[in-house]
Amino acid sequence: MEDIAEKGLQVVIGLAVFAAIIGIIMLIVDRAPKSGREKIQIAGFLAPALVLLAVGLVFPALQTSYLSLTNRNGEFVGLENFVWMFTQPEALVTLRNTLIWVILVPLLASSVGLAYAVFIDRARGEKALKALVFMPMAISFVGAGVIWRFVYAYKGPEQDQIGLLNQILVWAGQEPKQFLLDAPENTLFLIAVMIWIQTGFAMVVLSAAIKGIPTEIVEAARLDGASAWQQFRNVTIPTIRGSLVVVVTTITIGTLKVFDIVRTMTAGQYETSVVANEMYTQAFRAGEPGRGAALALVLFLMVLPVVVFNARLLRKQKEIR
Amino acid sequence: MSTVPLENKKNLQPDVKGDPTQDRPPMQRRVKQRLTSRKATAAAVIIAVIWTIPTFGLLISSFRPEDNIKGNGWWNVLTDRQFTLENYADVLSPGGSQSPNLLSYFVNSLAIVIPGTVFTLVLGSMAAYMFAWGRFRGKDNLFIFVFALQIVPLQMALIPLLQLFTQVLTIGDFQLLPSGTYAQLWVAHTIFGLPLAIFLLHNFIAEIPGEVIEAARVDGAGHSTIFWRIIVPLATPALASFGIFQFLWLWNDLLVALVFSGGGADVAPITQRLAELQGSRGGEWQRLTAGAFVSIIVPLAVFFGLQRYFVRGLLAGGLKG
Repeated sequence: MEDIAEKGLQVVIGLAVFAAIIGIIMLIVDRAPKSGREKIQIAGFLAPALVLLAVGLVFPALQTSYLSLTNRNGEFVGLENFVWMFTQPEALVTLRNTLIWVILVPLLASSVGLAYAVFIDRARGEKALKALVFMPMAISFVGAGVIWRFVYAYKGPEQDQIGLLNQILVWAGQEPKQFLLDAPENTLFLIAVMIWIQTGFAMVVLSAAIKGIPTEIVEAARLDGASAWQQFRNVTIPTIRGSLVVVVTTITIGTLKVFDIVRTMTAGQYETSVVANEMYTQAFRAGEPGRGAALALVLFLMVLPVVVFNARLLRKQKEIR
Repeated sequence: MSTVPLENKKNLQPDVKGDPTQDRPPMQRRVKQRLTSRKATAAAVIIAVIWTIPTFGLLISSFRPEDNIKGNGWWNVLTDRQFTLENYADVLSPGGSQSPNLLSYFVNSLAIVIPGTVFTLVLGSMAAYMFAWGRFRGKDNLFIFVFALQIVPLQMALIPLLQLFTQVLTIGDFQLLPSGTYAQLWVAHTIFGLPLAIFLLHNFIAEIPGEVIEAARVDGAGHSTIFWRIIVPLATPALASFGIFQFLWLWNDLLVALVFSGGGADVAPITQRLAELQGSRGGEWQRLTAGAFVSIIVPLAVFFGLQRYFVRGLLAGGLKG
């Protein structure tokens, strides 16, 4: 209890200091001399956010770019870290895994999410059905890691299984399997967790888009005798294409940066590491900030084209509207 | 930026009376439609079950006695109905360094997340207001720059930011952001949340009718009065949506916590503790199952209680990088 009171006090102090800073800014802004008033007011409102972003994001990102050219002692080594990344087997596995992740997760999560959104559209109990699939979205990756490690749990063939998946294997007359240890398929079992989480996101966004399709189009197609599949193929898909692209790119970005799932389920061992996890391992565990920085930079360069593509598309859509 | 209309359900109910062809659809078509929709519903139910079972199994297990959890699968509760709250008592109670002591970490999570969310909202909306309604040179370019910062993965900032906190902002024994407290986490989370906060809140605040603000200005109100008296109340829906989003994001975070918390029961959030428990005692399922539920209870409550806002925030945040 004492402990909790102490922590509460810390929060109160933190909030009070913050309130005081904001209060002082507002005071300065209000009392500013007439001559430069507008400028001071604008600066007062923008400065806190801009200073934090400059000090905490822009400058560190530049520094990381430089760090990627140094070794563990901080000496300049040119592109050595990148050579390491693209030649050493253990680093190459990381890149390969990231590639598998970034292909499978957006593809499967979007397809299942879309199928589900179509299936439950205007069905009875739609809201409840939606909530069930959407729920994993609210669960942390760490929590999801526990949930799925339990599904994958392994016991020797002579014991009772406690993991559902192995029990199903046993019921089917197979030997139980170490899902998370056997490379390379263990990466697929980690990917399943990400798909489980992201499908809900895809479903909710796409479902909203489907509900936005003008009734007349749907009715017209139906009167023309279009089958359910034809309707889906020729009406639904083209109309929601914009949302579909947003969903795929958003999931792609999230997948590129996936860290927690790998960290908590295998810690990147057994050939399951991905770039974001390896970045953390190298920079904060192995004492190789240069390599970590290089991996962060590669991550940035992988995310970049996806975001640019996404932003372009959004702008085009805005122009059309 | 929401490219997807939210709730158009009303428009979608087919206007049966107005359309005579809809009155008596041919028998054949009706049967066919019902069949396809029945198949679709069945498929949807299967997906829903697959998506729900992992969480459900974990929930059931968390109430089973230790020996049962480790001895056989949770589906055996059908025949062996033994339930206990002991697992929860065990993970929550503070008892020695070996105990999970999750209550302490739970409090930490709250203590990190609440100020982290408040700071981001206040600073973000202040900047967003100026980007929307301030008049100064270079405004658009500056805004695009802040918007573009979303694409910088936070991995790019971690290493230098940690150095900044522990070395640069330390003079002698005085630390501006003392380690061993929540301060570093608050600031880091605020920085990483700001680009998206500014962007989304700007989009909303810019839609506020200009006459309202002009009228206040004519009455002699300064920026601070306009901001607190007009902008903040009118922007409440957007603040709520983004606030929930940010709250969940911080609650579920692991990476930032790993880098800045130091890992003790004084500061580290519950996700970090849960990740540790998975690593060090991966077989202690009675603790992991109960612990996982303690950690996801808050996001689930937020999710089910405020699903509307959550979905809205998610749809608006389609470009989160």
